[in-house]
Amino acid sequence: MASWLDYTINGLILGNVYALVAVGLALIFGVSRLINFAQGSIYLVGAYIGWVAVVGLRTPLFVTIVVVAVASALVGLIIERFGLRPLRNSVRIAPLLATIGISFVLDQIVMLTFSPNPRALPSQLPDIRFRIGTGTIGPLDILIACIGITAALLLFVFLRYSKLGWAVRATAQDRDAAMQMGVDVNRVNQTVFGIAAALGGLSGMLVGMYYNQIDTAMSLHATLKGVVAEVVGGAGNVPGAVVGSLLLGLVESYGVAVFGTSYRNMFAFILLILVLVFRPNGLFASAKQAPPEPLTGTFIAPSSPVRIPGLVLGVAFAAFAVLPLLPVSNYVLQTLINAWIFAMLALSLTLVAGTIGQVSLGHAALLAIGAYTSALLSLDFAVPVSISILCGGLMSAALGTILISPSFRLRGHYVSIATLAIGEIISLVILNWETVTRGPIGVSGIPPLSLFGYELVGTGSIYWFSFAVMVLLALLQVRLLGSHIGRSFRAIRDDDVAAQAYGLGLNRYKALAFIFGGFAAGVSGGIAAHLYSYINHETFNTQQSILALTIVILGGLGNVAGAIVGSVALVGLPEVFRIAAEYRILIYGIVLLLLVRFRPQGLLGTV
Amino acid sequence: MAGPVHTPASSLEPLLSLRGLTRRFGGLTAVDEINLDLAKGDLVSIIGPNGAGKTTLFNLVTGLDRPDAGEVRLDGQPITGFSPERLAGLGFARTFQLGRVFGNLSVMENVLIGAHTRLRAVRPAIPLIGPLLELGLALWRPASVKAEEERLREDVRAILARFGERLLPRIDQPAYSLSYANRRRIEIARALALKPRLLLLDEPTAGMNPTETAEMQGLVAELKAEGMTILLIEHKLDMVMRLSDRVIVMDEGKKIAEGLGEEVRNDARVIEAYLGHGLARSTVGAQETAA
Repeated sequence: MASWLDYTINGLILGNVYALVAVGLALIFGVSRLINFAQGSIYLVGAYIGWVAVVGLRTPLFVTIVVVAVASALVGLIIERFGLRPLRNSVRIAPLLATIGISFVLDQIVMLTFSPNPRALPSQLPDIRFRIGTGTIGPLDILIACIGITAALLLFVFLRYSKLGWAVRATAQDRDAAMQMGVDVNRVNQTVFGIAAALGGLSGMLVGMYYNQIDTAMSLHATLKGVVAEVVGGAGNVPGAVVGSLLLGLVESYGVAVFGTSYRNMFAFILLILVLVFRPNGLFASAKQAPPEPLTGTFIAPSSPVRIPGLVLGVAFAAFAVLPLLPVSNYVLQTLINAWIFAMLALSLTLVAGTIGQVSLGHAALLAIGAYTSALLSLDFAVPVSISILCGGLMSAALGTILISPSFRLRGHYVSIATLAIGEIISLVILNWETVTRGPIGVSGIPPLSLFGYELVGTGSIYWFSFAVMVLLALLQVRLLGSHIGRSFRAIRDDDVAAQAYGLGLNRYKALAFIFGGFAAGVSGGIAAHLYSYINHETFNTQQSILALTIVILGGLGNVAGAIVGSVALVGLPEVFRIAAEYRILIYGIVLLLLVRFRPQGLLGTV
Repeated sequence: MAGPVHTPASSLEPLLSLRGLTRRFGGLTAVDEINLDLAKGDLVSIIGPNGAGKTTLFNLVTGLDRPDAGEVRLDGQPITGFSPERLAGLGFARTFQLGRVFGNLSVMENVLIGAHTRLRAVRPAIPLIGPLLELGLALWRPASVKAEEERLREDVRAILARFGERLLPRIDQPAYSLSYANRRRIEIARALALKPRLLLLDEPTAGMNPTETAEMQGLVAELKAEGMTILLIEHKLDMVMRLSDRVIVMDEGKKIAEGLGEEVRNDARVIEAYLGHGLARSTVGAQETAA
């Protein structure tokens, strides 16, 4: 039986590890006002470099630490130089999307190189425990504490006493002024990314040693935990990030002690949402600061949408509508069914992220709500499938909007973090709420699709069903965009301050966007559930959220036709070229990066 | 204090009145105990050096920021701390110092947003049901909604016609593609589309050349002649002197002078605020000698 002292030590050690990630995030946020979503991937890379060094090269511990720090720093420098520096003068959404893309590319490269199976990462330290009072402490705990404290001291000395450190602090305070005084901002960025990556990589290695296990799924959670700690401490505040990390570590450790490990990640996310909503400047921010003048009209690149002639649309519609009558293989139809399901999700996301500018990264959770609602209604209450899917859509619209509503108060990058966290919370609730959702076993034996009591037999009828629903949702969305609501959404995206000054209630319209978009996502999830016949809490995961985002960016933000074209391209083409599943996410990440760099308005342009 | 508070006999209650309005940011008092009465049909200008707190005062009046102390009344009713969207509904329309048009919206759409509070679909304030009804109306679009939209579009064209050929030929172009001066015009058109009871203009001629400034001055004079109540922040003193019923001078958050244009222009404190202390003394000295 572990004592409270053990939980405290455990919490502080965890906090130390989070601090290494969070300090890097805070440094980067300080100088470039960017939340680096790739920080967790560097942590992952660090863990695997550590594994190669320890297991492959059998390096002694000290050498391993140096190797991991240097190699991770190199990765950070490469990200800064080739991923972010070219985007210096682009719209604010661009670097955000770029770090998301980079994170997926890095994670996938690690996964393809090392396989997704967990590996053991031995710490090379003697396995002994020292007793302190009622608790115990091991050599690894001490090592982690030492690395944490040493890193903090080095960083303090660097920022306080070196010329480059001054440049970093000057840039964080006022970038333009620093540039005018001759500070080389590129060099500052490079330094900061290098330091952040070295710390992040070390953190990954230490966590791997702490649990004696590393796997490729650790990246996303590391990013989230680091961001939570950083936001709790106040974005861009380096000492705040350390305190926030220790606090997060303790909250988690005590939380696990009280509620059990299956809720471990929930505490961090709930803490994040609470801080974002009630203390958006962090726990340590002075109560009153002049409200920052928000940037205007720079979140999304100005562009005019490509006008598609009605004739082309008509011909495309007719061609896809008659497809099952032509001699095409079932395989093609199945691929397109998948594309139509993703198109519904993309329609939803393009409305939310594109039209009203709330870049949601937790959109798959809306699918999950719709899927579970429809599956459970049809299984447990014998509701006809077509009606249960409709209920799934309505449930996603209602519940999804309520759950996402804390993010309505936020702006820009914070919306993305908050929605990502809310998505994770929903997934954890599904996992833990066993009496309703059947927990980790998932829901199996979901009845197949049917319409008015007739089961849809054959790929052709399923194809028509999903195509028809998708087209219907698209037409509804076009109608919405043509109304005063569509205009209001776009006005809020372009400048929420001016929109408010002209009577547009931000909460009202954000809620309407999520209600409308939630419905489409819920219907999409419902259809998917009945198509797959089995779902669990991992069926609708962050990868799908990112795929949806890539589809939306590819098609053009807010662009209805673009969402459909994007889905066919990104879901359909990899099938056509028979690209193995594990390479697809890599390709999506690369596509996202290339788009952000070379065609930020997407194929068909922002609406 | 220069000049008595000037109130037209026609209205007993001022349309807008500020009492002791104060806003502090940390150690800085950006707006310090400002009192102001604005009668219906008045045009009052606020002048003062950069950083005097003029825009912060606008933000307090339009609900974008909350005062730490003091009161704002509209027609005698307290409206302090109301949200900007509620104030828009009460007839407040403003333009922004740095220009805030909706870049990806066309000129027509930008100005239609100004008429947002006039839409019948957005009226029902019942929580939950109101927004859902609005969504329903937007998707269903019965004849009455279509007719209303058409009427508003006519209104917008009429408003844009006030700017001659500046905006009408570009009515379907996205705002980001327009010149700076034209974007400022869109802002004013958007404000007019609200049919405001009170129009707050924050440096409407900033960055405009003399011809454009003269055009803008003509337009503001026209609006005043039509009986619009206007609060104007402006640096071009010539324009201020020609248009204003009254001028208020702010410096370091405080109102340092109020009165008719000429009175204010010769006030020693005003000259000091504008020119700095040493210079002001010599200038005032020179003026006194000249007088």
